Amino acid sequence: MKKFLASTVAASALALMLGMTSVRAEDTIDPNAKQGGAITITYKDDVATLDPAIGYDWQNWSMIKSLFDGLMDYEPGTTNLKPDLAESYEISPDGKTFTFKLRHGVKFHNGREMTADDVKYSLDRVTNPKTQSPGAGFFGSIKGYDDVAAGKAETLSGVTVVDPYTVKFELTRPDATFLHVMAINFSHIVPKEEVEKYGADFGKHPVGTGAFKLAEWTLGQRIVFERNADYWHKGLPHLDKITFEIGQEPIVALLRLQKGEIDVPGDGIPPAKFQEVMADPEQKARVVEGGQLHTGYITMNTTMAPFDNVKVRQAVNMALNKARIIQIINGRAVPANQPLPPSMPGYDKEYKGYPYDVAKAKALLAEAGHPDGFETQLFVMNTDPNPRIAQAIQQDLAAIGIKASIQSLAQANVIAAGGDKAGAPMIWSGGMAWIADFPDPSNFYGPILGCAGAVPGGWNWSWYCNKDLDAKAAEADSIVDPAKAGERDKMWSAIYEKVMEDAPWAPVFNEQRFTMKSARMGGADNLYVDPVHIPINYDNVYVKDVQ
Amino acid sequence: MIAYLGRRLIQSALILLGVSLITFALLYLLPADPVRQIAGRSATPQTVENIRQQLGLDQPFIVQYWHYLTRLVSGDLGRSYIQRSEVTELIVSRLPASQLLMLGAILCELLIGLTMGLVAAVKRGTATDQTLMVASFVGVSAPQFVVGLLLLYVFAVRLGWFPIGGYGTWRHLVLPSLTMGILGAGWYARMMRSSMIDVLRQDYMRTARAKGLARGAILFRHALPNAILPVIAMIGIDIGIFMGGIVVVESVFGWPGIGQLAWQAIQRVDIPIIMGVTLVSAFAIVLGNLLADIIAPFIDPRIKLR
Repeated sequence: MKKFLASTVAASALALMLGMTSVRAEDTIDPNAKQGGAITITYKDDVATLDPAIGYDWQNWSMIKSLFDGLMDYEPGTTNLKPDLAESYEISPDGKTFTFKLRHGVKFHNGREMTADDVKYSLDRVTNPKTQSPGAGFFGSIKGYDDVAAGKAETLSGVTVVDPYTVKFELTRPDATFLHVMAINFSHIVPKEEVEKYGADFGKHPVGTGAFKLAEWTLGQRIVFERNADYWHKGLPHLDKITFEIGQEPIVALLRLQKGEIDVPGDGIPPAKFQEVMADPEQKARVVEGGQLHTGYITMNTTMAPFDNVKVRQAVNMALNKARIIQIINGRAVPANQPLPPSMPGYDKEYKGYPYDVAKAKALLAEAGHPDGFETQLFVMNTDPNPRIAQAIQQDLAAIGIKASIQSLAQANVIAAGGDKAGAPMIWSGGMAWIADFPDPSNFYGPILGCAGAVPGGWNWSWYCNKDLDAKAAEADSIVDPAKAGERDKMWSAIYEKVMEDAPWAPVFNEQRFTMKSARMGGADNLYVDPVHIPINYDNVYVKDVQ
Repeated sequence: MIAYLGRRLIQSALILLGVSLITFALLYLLPADPVRQIAGRSATPQTVENIRQQLGLDQPFIVQYWHYLTRLVSGDLGRSYIQRSEVTELIVSRLPASQLLMLGAILCELLIGLTMGLVAAVKRGTATDQTLMVASFVGVSAPQFVVGLLLLYVFAVRLGWFPIGGYGTWRHLVLPSLTMGILGAGWYARMMRSSMIDVLRQDYMRTARAKGLARGAILFRHALPNAILPVIAMIGIDIGIFMGGIVVVESVFGWPGIGQLAWQAIQRVDIPIIMGVTLVSAFAIVLGNLLADIIAPFIDPRIKLR
């Protein structure tokens, strides 16, 4: 025992010197939490697959998180990474090798113990093109990914099972986002025998290591989760049962909540009822407001005249009356002045952005050679409230002489126009982009502002490509040491400030989340606006009316 | 009769084939790329191409349609792009709910419509008649979305007589059936009224009255059976109207039928489900019409099947 302790201490000291190892600190469990009870959550739409390799909408995202676990996770209600199925991890000094020690005695819902082989299997599966995983691309930095993606290999050469409780990942480049990648659903661990048993229907028969297990799934009607009594994280979950009732309009869900029949309307407060709810103190008290990893912005095609002139793009930034635009959505947002949302690490609180200044905007347009403005097009997705937001933008632009005609189209058409270099001069991003996949500042750069996204079919609708910034981004992402996260965040802040100087976007607002709950629901407010669990963190909430 | 049936069956099969071709072509021409939808925004171009190949969506239209048809013949409607489940399974699990709702709706529209029509015909020209006919007009023209929400608000939220949406007991069935039935009730009231007036004008009615039969006996024993039959024969055709209605009504009431499935699929461009529901609906409509036509001569011997 003594020897064991000594070696642990030595290892820890070594790790401290490197600053590269992290050992999991057990979560503190809410001392007020009560055990037991059941809650009901409603949704309008059917739940798509619960297969972690495939599910990729905000509705099944959080459900999958409760059925499965990954090597990494976030502290409840925050964006702070912590080891989960891993007990600890170690990063090599060059940032290219990640070694995870798995916790012992973790069991799948079928009773079998989870081991390093399952980790490897799960990663091989998600990257295999036959799985058709929308998240396969997240694993691009793992050695051997290209061969698996091209169908040339069945297994990732960069993932090695060292022993049943140790798994090693070798990357082709240092990747600071890799720990986040190990926390997204796509890397959650699945048992091979169950996947093979159910084949393409595994998503309907999910078996994981999570806090809950699937007890019932009646297509189109309800899904029932039951507490996993053998959950490795002692003391969790608090609830015995969660019933998801499917097929209920948000307005009906709100009525049922008011009558005390349900606990959380999963689709949120319907916009038409929002002001009514917020005007009633009793109801308002049960609404939790929080940030979202979302930014709504206008892209300006930097390869298309007159938006190839930075002064024109800056003028647009100054022409927008963001406060008025937010009124259109009942104040469910905060004004944005930079690409990153406020709840994202790397967000710069000190940055002031472009002021709302019509006179200065006009002067900039005149300097750019457009004293009388010009005509252009603003593309927008055709579902409410986006066309109304576009009209407000149109009016603001008209005030400085820019006559923008609104092209209100189906989502797919707007996305197609944005991915075509000659397609759209301006796009309002609402309803399409961008909510981060994981809470890391890099997630707002590569696909939507970096050169890699400025390709046909890509998401960089400004076609903004700044090679210097791309190099800086790569430099920032090679800082893998978690202890230097602050330094890395600062580098990212600087990158986004430079982006704002070039103004390929006009950031407009960051949507806020409003989760309404029944009076009997307990737990810290941040569990109800958890940045990675939408609408709520199922594992950590509890009900107050149980013994 | 047999020859007629055979001809009608071939016609029906051709109609279904046409529906499948047109729907398939329309969905093919849709500018939304289903592969991008499945792949999500974080997919690399390589992932997108891989998925396109896996689904056979890189093939030309004719090949894709042919594959669909050959699988269809064996009852395979493919897998949903979004839910990844078998479309057949999704539809089969939801059909009973839609059938139940249709039965409820037929019951409601007959009860309400026939009663209204009967009363209006008897009270022809009076204020009652006029009120009922205006009411029937409102019933026909009121959007089902509004009717549904109104009924929900009054009878479920305010009065608490029925549950607020959902599925399971007979009490869940009442409001959605009523919402669907009100539309049909309007039509049936008008048809019943004219049919009844028509019958009341017949010579045999005058004879019955001349015999000194009681008013009730004349109405219920002699007039009603004759007036009601041509109206009832319309139920088969109603199925087409219902198929449109269930999309709205099922969404309002959270009724787990195929209408709700279709509405969700349309919003998410889940093409295999849209195709599947369209075909099943077309099948139901064709079948309904066929049945209506076959029953017609039994109800009215003047009609002959040729």
